[in-house]
Amino acid sequence: MEKTNRKPKLFLSVIALIIALYHLVPFYILLTTAFKAKGDFSSKWIFPKQFSFDNFREAWEMANLGQSLWNTVIITFFSAGLLIILGSLAAYPLARRTTKANKLVYVFFIAVMVIPPLTALVPLYQLVVDIGMMNTRTIAVLNNVAAYLPLAIFLYAGFIRSTIPKELEEAAKMDGANTLSIFFRVVFPLLKPVTASILIISCVYIWNDYQFAIFFLQAEEVKTITVALSSFFGQNTSNLNLVAAAAIMAVAPMVILFLLLQKHFIQGLASGSVKG
Amino acid sequence: MNTVVGVKKEKAALAKVNKRTKHSLQSSLWWMYLPALALVVFFILYPFLNGLKISLTNWNGFSQTFDFVGLKQYSRLFKDPDTWLVVKNTLLYGLGSTLFQNIIGLLYALLLNQSIKLRGLTRTIIYLPVIISPLIMGYIWYFFFAYQGGALNDILTAMGMEKINALANPEVNTWLIVFVNTYQFVGVAMIIYLAGLQSISKDYYEAAQLDGASAFNQFKNITLPLLMPSITINIVINVIGGLKLFDVIVSLTGGGPGNASQSMSTFMYDLYFNRQDAGYAATEGVLMALIILIISLSALLFFKRKEVEA
Repeated sequence: MEKTNRKPKLFLSVIALIIALYHLVPFYILLTTAFKAKGDFSSKWIFPKQFSFDNFREAWEMANLGQSLWNTVIITFFSAGLLIILGSLAAYPLARRTTKANKLVYVFFIAVMVIPPLTALVPLYQLVVDIGMMNTRTIAVLNNVAAYLPLAIFLYAGFIRSTIPKELEEAAKMDGANTLSIFFRVVFPLLKPVTASILIISCVYIWNDYQFAIFFLQAEEVKTITVALSSFFGQNTSNLNLVAAAAIMAVAPMVILFLLLQKHFIQGLASGSVKG
Repeated sequence: MNTVVGVKKEKAALAKVNKRTKHSLQSSLWWMYLPALALVVFFILYPFLNGLKISLTNWNGFSQTFDFVGLKQYSRLFKDPDTWLVVKNTLLYGLGSTLFQNIIGLLYALLLNQSIKLRGLTRTIIYLPVIISPLIMGYIWYFFFAYQGGALNDILTAMGMEKINALANPEVNTWLIVFVNTYQFVGVAMIIYLAGLQSISKDYYEAAQLDGASAFNQFKNITLPLLMPSITINIVINVIGGLKLFDVIVSLTGGGPGNASQSMSTFMYDLYFNRQDAGYAATEGVLMALIILIISLSALLFFKRKEVEA
């Protein structure tokens, strides 16, 4: 049995290798492009004889990558933090106190998940202008939090229903003035696995967000990494080597995190997509 | 006598306590979800409803005055040939990507569920693009397809063939967008199928082998039916993702040439910001929400029913 299996196994391994190489092609091209000096128009399939880091230095300054990376970090950090706090707080009563009002509110959150926030672009843009929050990092945070809260609540509520023992809240007397502190000391730590998933989902989505950012963060000092890159691309369509270098620096933080925390990433993102 | 009274009293007291805690445990703790509710109502529900209102006006997006024009924008929507082009593209992005992501994702999962060499590494490589911004993924493929200095044309030139401008060709560029979207997110489908495959008990296959069932029959009669829940999830998330497609289109073709590769979301952006046609853009938004809602719900119901049957 073992022996007859070996040949097809080897064949399958070769197929897997070919698939892996095919999936690496765009990244390979990205690297060769980024390391070629300006004006080096040799084939994208070969690395230059001399690796040039000039593109990286130049792109970093010209595309204002430092500032935009910092903006992205700030927006992602505060959005994810608020999502975790507001999401877990909201999910608790919705999962455990099934009064009529709470059931209704829960259904509302689930229903909102079906509306793609972008379909309300025109009125949302108007709202942001009206409240005077155009070009602020705060509005990016609020928009992202509102967009992903329903998903966070859905995931938290499911987890609370299935894993947190009811006796806990009876013992801890979850009512009265100190409910908040009991929630954060007793219940919240038990939510760690789902908190990790939500953290990863929201960080990936918000870090990579372009749809909200392009509308609300047009000013130079608030641009996120995707917005900075799209305007940099617009200015340098004839100088792709520079754009490639900028793209590498833009994706590097997330790629490094992914390679370090691979299992958590895949698990977290999968649990987020299983919302259907 | 005394003891009975005592027990009774005790019971009454206990019932009172129980009633109180029970009552308090029933209280809705509404203040805990109030902040979340307020944010979602203010930033999602309110704009959504307001969008319905704006779609009944001829507002240009910046002036203070506008008129209510009734359903005029809607009748304009149905007469506008651009609407149908854009809806057609949106459906291609949504349904095309879904088809490819699921077929290829399932094949990848079947392959990488075997104990072969490089299994873990291949999975990682296939999954990697998922965490990259779709906008930037579009630029990365742009380096491949670009007319001037793109990797594809480098090969064609080296082989003595003529360069092609694939991204500016309306016959193919919509398919390239489907291709890039599939390349980027096929890893999600693969992972969900892998999880599905691993949850199928080996006993079924052993029994089938004893009965002499062929590999194809095992796949058709065991794997596929038991994979139905994974198929449902994948189809629904891929359809929604594809119908909303925005970033990749911006970075690969910008919606061009003309409106040729525009999706509903990029078209809406264009109407609002470049053509000062806010009322019409809002109408487009309503149509888009309706299309996403109808397609994703019918996909969900259709495949859920299959699950029950299976």
